[in-house]
Amino acid sequence: MTTGRLTTLIAVLFGAALSVLGLPAQARLTIEVTGGVEAAQPIAIVPFGVSTSLITKDDVAGIISADLVRTRKFRALPTRDMMAMPSSAVEVDLRDWSLLNINSLVIGMVEQEGNGYRVSYNLFDVFGGKEIASGNLSTTAGGLRLTAHRIADQVFEKLTGQPGVAATRIAYITSNGRGNSQTVTLRVADADGTNPQTIVSSNDPIMSPVWSPDGHRLAYVSFENRRAAIYIQDLASGRRDLVASYPGINGSPAFSPDGQRLALTLSKDGNANIYVLNLQTNELTQVTDHFAIDTEPAWSPDGTQLIFTSDRGGSPQIYRMAATGGLAERISAEGDYNARASYSPDGKSVTMVSRVNGQFRIAVLDLERGLTKVLSQGELDESPSFAPNGSMVIYATIQDGRGVLATATVDGGGSQRLSQDAGEVREPAWSPMMK
Amino acid sequence: MILTPIRSRGAPPRDGTALPGALLALTLLLAGCAGTQPQPEPQTVGTGLPPPLSATPSVAGPVRTEPARPTYRGPWEDPASPLYHHTIYFDYDSTEIRPQYLDVIRTHSAYLGMTKGQRVTLEGNTDERGTREYNLALGDRRAESVRQLMLAEGITADQLATLSYGEEKPADPGHSETAWRLNRRVIIHY
Repeated sequence: MTTGRLTTLIAVLFGAALSVLGLPAQARLTIEVTGGVEAAQPIAIVPFGVSTSLITKDDVAGIISADLVRTRKFRALPTRDMMAMPSSAVEVDLRDWSLLNINSLVIGMVEQEGNGYRVSYNLFDVFGGKEIASGNLSTTAGGLRLTAHRIADQVFEKLTGQPGVAATRIAYITSNGRGNSQTVTLRVADADGTNPQTIVSSNDPIMSPVWSPDGHRLAYVSFENRRAAIYIQDLASGRRDLVASYPGINGSPAFSPDGQRLALTLSKDGNANIYVLNLQTNELTQVTDHFAIDTEPAWSPDGTQLIFTSDRGGSPQIYRMAATGGLAERISAEGDYNARASYSPDGKSVTMVSRVNGQFRIAVLDLERGLTKVLSQGELDESPSFAPNGSMVIYATIQDGRGVLATATVDGGGSQRLSQDAGEVREPAWSPMMK
Repeated sequence: MILTPIRSRGAPPRDGTALPGALLALTLLLAGCAGTQPQPEPQTVGTGLPPPLSATPSVAGPVRTEPARPTYRGPWEDPASPLYHHTIYFDYDSTEIRPQYLDVIRTHSAYLGMTKGQRVTLEGNTDERGTREYNLALGDRRAESVRQLMLAEGITADQLATLSYGEEKPADPGHSETAWRLNRRVIIHY
């Protein structure tokens, strides 16, 4: 592992106040599921059989179960209520499960394979009386959790027709302390809050993390050495590139869907305008030119359009224009404050921050029907980010005076909260699907 | 140096009240000590100290008797100096300089006008309401409001840099009106 060498190298380059890279972080995110689950389907995930020589600290069935419950579409039968614990298809008697009114059953095995494991599973439709899916996944010992997330995603997709997001990740900012003793950290954790990794840490603010479309890089804004700058950092190597450090604002980075361009906000010519930087040629193109504040650009999924926040009409609202610039049309209709919009993966709606009766809430605007739906109930909710399957939005909120993350399902079926054992958490960014 | 009328965007009209004594003293003091610029009616106050230190109108304190002390970077760190006040507060969602802060800006402009090698960074900040990147732009506008006023006071552009932190560096991390009031600010950072 080259982690140690890279960390040293980068610490030398950027000074002791800043450390870059995949160091394990002590502070983990914990998830608390809130809200009702009446519409959830009953499912049973039987503890997976393990060959006796194995000692695995991760309970594969437990991870799958937690992943499915977090989607709000399933409720899992507690292990203690199970009448049988089959781990191979021949042991399964579906009558055991129909008596418990279970719709779907998942069983599986973990077997040693070289230095790693081979994980197999079977999914049954209990009332249909048949197996409907199965799989075999090979993994290293360290990849067992990820493998469990992938099985959860395969089960979820088979049963709902929608891709699962258990095997994705979340980037977020944490801060501890105040003033000159403040530590601000950009982290990446698995979508269930486990396995948090520090990407960069600084005594100065870090903000606006965004994923590259391939999930391999993050762009973010850092104020280290009392300068505002945008960096793009490769997650595997920790290597990072400075892409913008002009006088004034260097903010709001947003990768184009093809990963070739970065939209950003600069005020180098007097006030905040939106630019597009070609990451291959380093050519910088200004795409808005207005005396108002223009910021928070986000790309349409097909890469042809940008939506952004502008106060050109007197209050911050969402506008849309061609990604090459030109005329902008206002798309947010209601309210006196709509900002930081981003598209759903299918491009049919956007999530944004809306002020409702003086409170900042997370809303989803249906672009086809023009309807706005408010998803959150906080006073200072912000930074919404769609899950890559469009089913949920993760956002930042304040709970008991402390910054935490929360998710809400887009269809209004419930929410969950992610908090860290110490310090504040904010600015979540949900990764794309990880291949 | 004579204070010139303000002609910048966002600046409310002068209210016509007398200059505070400290500012007047600073102005006269700087005028008397600079020596390189002809002044119409120079009035020295006779301290004979170099300009950065003589900006303190009070009697000599420990700081000024030990000018080499490494912790003392300039008169803006001396609580007795008018330059010590270096924060301009703003109304919610506003980038306009409130009249009571014009004197703060003029005091620093006067000092910078006499100390051409001195550079400052105008750090714009907002409260936490609203989105982070929009607030970054709002903080940038606040810093720009102060910069325009200082330019109108005759400060050269190369002495002034701006840096917006938006809502990322609150003076008070609370979520109350009291905290928000303290956080909507531009700091003149030497």
